[in-house]
Amino acid sequence: MLSQQVTTLIDKELKKYPADQRQSAVMAALRFVQDEKGWIAPEDMADIAVYLGMQQMAVFEVATFYHMYKLEPMGKHTLTVCTNLSCQLCGSGDTLDHLHKRLGIGLGETTPDGKYGIREGECMGACVDAPLLTINNRQMCGRLTPEKIDQILAELDKQ
Amino acid sequence: MINIEIDGKQIQAENGATVIEAAHSAGIAIPHFCYHKKLSIAANCRMCLVQVEKAPKPLPACATPVTEGMKVHTHSEQAVKAQQGVMEFLLVNHPLDCPICDQGGECMLQDMSVGYGGGHSRYHEEKRTVLAKDIGPLVSAEEMSRCINCTRCVRFGQEIAGQMELGQAFRGEHAEIMSFVSGTVNSELSGNMIDLCPVGALTSKPFRYKARSWELSRRRSVSAHDSLGSGLAVHTKNNRVLRVLPIENEDINECWLSDRDRFAYEGLNSAERLTKPMIKQDGKWQEVEWQVALEFAANGLRHIANGAGAEQIGALATANSTLEELHLLQKLMRGIGSDNVDFRLRQSDFSGDGKQQGASWLGMSIADIGNADRLLVVGSFLRKDHPLLAARIRKAVKKGAQVSIIHSTDDDLLMQVAHKTIVAPGALVDALDKVAKGMAAKQADGIAGSLLGGERVAVLLGNFAQQHPQAAQLQALAQQIATAANGKFGFLTEAANSVGGQLVNAVPGAKGLNAAAMLATPRKAYVLLNVEPELDCANPQQAMAAMQAADLVIAMSAYKHHATEYADVLLPIAPYTETSGTFVSAEGRVQSFKGAVKPLGETRPAWKVLRVLGNLLKLDGFSQDTSEAVRDEVLKGMDVAAKLNNASPVPTQHSAPSTQHSGLQRVADVPIYYSDAVVRRSAPLQATTDGAIPLVWMHGEEMKKLGLQSGTVVKVSQGQGSVKLFAAADDKLPVGVVRLAAGHAATAALGAMFGTITVERA
Repeated sequence: MLSQQVTTLIDKELKKYPADQRQSAVMAALRFVQDEKGWIAPEDMADIAVYLGMQQMAVFEVATFYHMYKLEPMGKHTLTVCTNLSCQLCGSGDTLDHLHKRLGIGLGETTPDGKYGIREGECMGACVDAPLLTINNRQMCGRLTPEKIDQILAELDKQ
Repeated sequence: MINIEIDGKQIQAENGATVIEAAHSAGIAIPHFCYHKKLSIAANCRMCLVQVEKAPKPLPACATPVTEGMKVHTHSEQAVKAQQGVMEFLLVNHPLDCPICDQGGECMLQDMSVGYGGGHSRYHEEKRTVLAKDIGPLVSAEEMSRCINCTRCVRFGQEIAGQMELGQAFRGEHAEIMSFVSGTVNSELSGNMIDLCPVGALTSKPFRYKARSWELSRRRSVSAHDSLGSGLAVHTKNNRVLRVLPIENEDINECWLSDRDRFAYEGLNSAERLTKPMIKQDGKWQEVEWQVALEFAANGLRHIANGAGAEQIGALATANSTLEELHLLQKLMRGIGSDNVDFRLRQSDFSGDGKQQGASWLGMSIADIGNADRLLVVGSFLRKDHPLLAARIRKAVKKGAQVSIIHSTDDDLLMQVAHKTIVAPGALVDALDKVAKGMAAKQADGIAGSLLGGERVAVLLGNFAQQHPQAAQLQALAQQIATAANGKFGFLTEAANSVGGQLVNAVPGAKGLNAAAMLATPRKAYVLLNVEPELDCANPQQAMAAMQAADLVIAMSAYKHHATEYADVLLPIAPYTETSGTFVSAEGRVQSFKGAVKPLGETRPAWKVLRVLGNLLKLDGFSQDTSEAVRDEVLKGMDVAAKLNNASPVPTQHSAPSTQHSGLQRVADVPIYYSDAVVRRSAPLQATTDGAIPLVWMHGEEMKKLGLQSGTVVKVSQGQGSVKLFAAADDKLPVGVVRLAAGHAATAALGAMFGTITVERA
């Protein structure tokens, strides 16, 4: 079941679209669910389908099309490390090595305590700051060095 | 009209047509995969690229509208180079497994690659693999690596079947066709995806690895499973039906086929087939020669006719028996002096008999239904009883038609329903009466308002309405409503030959007994044509009691069924693929067909069996040599269209309809894959969700009253019989109603399809 908070947010989103085009809110709805629980389960997609009057499969198509929707739990803090060309040239490999040293996990893995997960990201359009990563798709951290990564992890540990 | 030129040929095209449509109508082939005339345009395969003069680059013919003076080249250097380029890309990830692919020999990609593909590939890297999916017992998705992502199957689901069960998940190189959370595809039209798939990704599961397409002989036939009269191409090898495909006819089934029509053939090869005549002697069944069995039957009938009287003999046939069979059956009965013959086995109200001016039929053509702008469907399990008519109505709704429903269940029709009234069966007449009164009062809203606002109105009575105990009143009201809306009114007739049965007069005259009366006042002898009384009759309890009490039961059937318990003679007769015959569809279309394969074992066509019985009984008029001669005896000189007439005198005063029912009322549908003997024995159809054992559906409130939950085993009783089944909640049902399917062995011990039923915790 969608939570009260999520449905309130979806209702607000729905005001932006014509009444017979409820499916327009599907991307926002998926985001709200992800913000709330950290990832989107098939049951959530089914709930969204019912709420927006869509076919389940159509929700699934959208959720699988976009990279930023997480279809499995990826830790409380998901670190998305860009591995495209600019970041690679500037040392995204070192970033991953250092993260592996600190957290003991590699790409696509989650720490046993469920606190951190690392995903591979595509170019975020901020190559000037390469190498970079994002935290939970929201906060972008650039010009990464081992020291800076330690600093980021220390701050996240406090949360 | 717009003048264009394709490959130097001057062509006139409709305004708004696409280049590919214009080319196809002029007989010019343009290669394509994702384009399909019945589906929306996706333009994602790019195979149909053509050169258009003054356009800077090749354009997809399927998505380019024609414009005045347009000059198109489909085989110019630019066009062919583009097509070859696309083909090379399509083959990059397509496995080279044609020798073991079921589609081999009838594959669009294979054919096109002969024309446009290179002799070898320039791509040497690893091809992508897509994992196999299990999407149910009918459609195989074992080799999804073959998929070229044309999305025809997805669009079919969305646009024709009305539910998007398959979709394209992920993207780019990772895009794959799949169902939501590995669900099965449950649509009653799913088999069409097999035809639509241009490659070997979606193939027929029952047909897999059975034969190559070039080894098969094709025979034209007509569907025996619903009243639409869909054209079938029956594919056979070694005298065995191996698959069934649609024959395209825009006026009937378009290019589609329901799963029931497509996969029922598996029942023809069932182990339960009766292959030798049998008689029961001293309580034991013995296989005998035809002559012995026929003489036994004839003597039995003669003995009863001379002794107890011919009126002690009753004949029951199913409505999917051929016109020839029904004609000879009624002729035989009338020849021996009995007027008791009927094929309307599930009907319970016969008060309209003899009053109607002609044969009940659709009241319009099938195409008219698609063009209607206001429809009222009364008492129909539309999607399951008439899958392709439902698809046609769905299409009409998409074009803007309004459909209203009056029924006792609220199943999802997968289309937008404008208005619906869902009431218990006992209140159905009231509900219709209210609409009729609304029409008279020029009501502006609701069902009446919707119908009054239409120009092409259709009022249709479904199977449930025809089987209803107040069917005649429902008919009168439907007629009244249609007249008030200046529209047409008709019956979604139940079976392949419901109309034909009336044309040959396989119904009792004034002196005869109808199907219900024949069983309510048991006869001494019964002749059964294709009938399984416990599954095909309105009241299985009563039917079985009558059979068991009878002195003589002659069962003509393709299967060794329950008749072994009560019959005296079993005569193996040919199902529709093994005999020639004729069906008259709901719209009155007379379609004859020939046998596709030879009868199995010693099976014989029923018309021949009946003819010989007629000869043995020394009756006149049983000397026909061919089934065509039998057909011509009835239809020659007959103006079929003139015989079809739904009009019946409208009762001036409706009798107060709502008799107060105490207790729960039964609502019985005949599940789609239990509608006739062949379908019941088709293993793949039985393995679908529609083939599951029936549940006892009730509104949540009713369940609470009885202290039940979904999944509780309940004892359901009617009359002396009871069965134990699982209960399930459906809050869309009216309160006071139990929905429990008929036509299924699990409910065969119960009574009438309508009436009181008791449910208690088992």
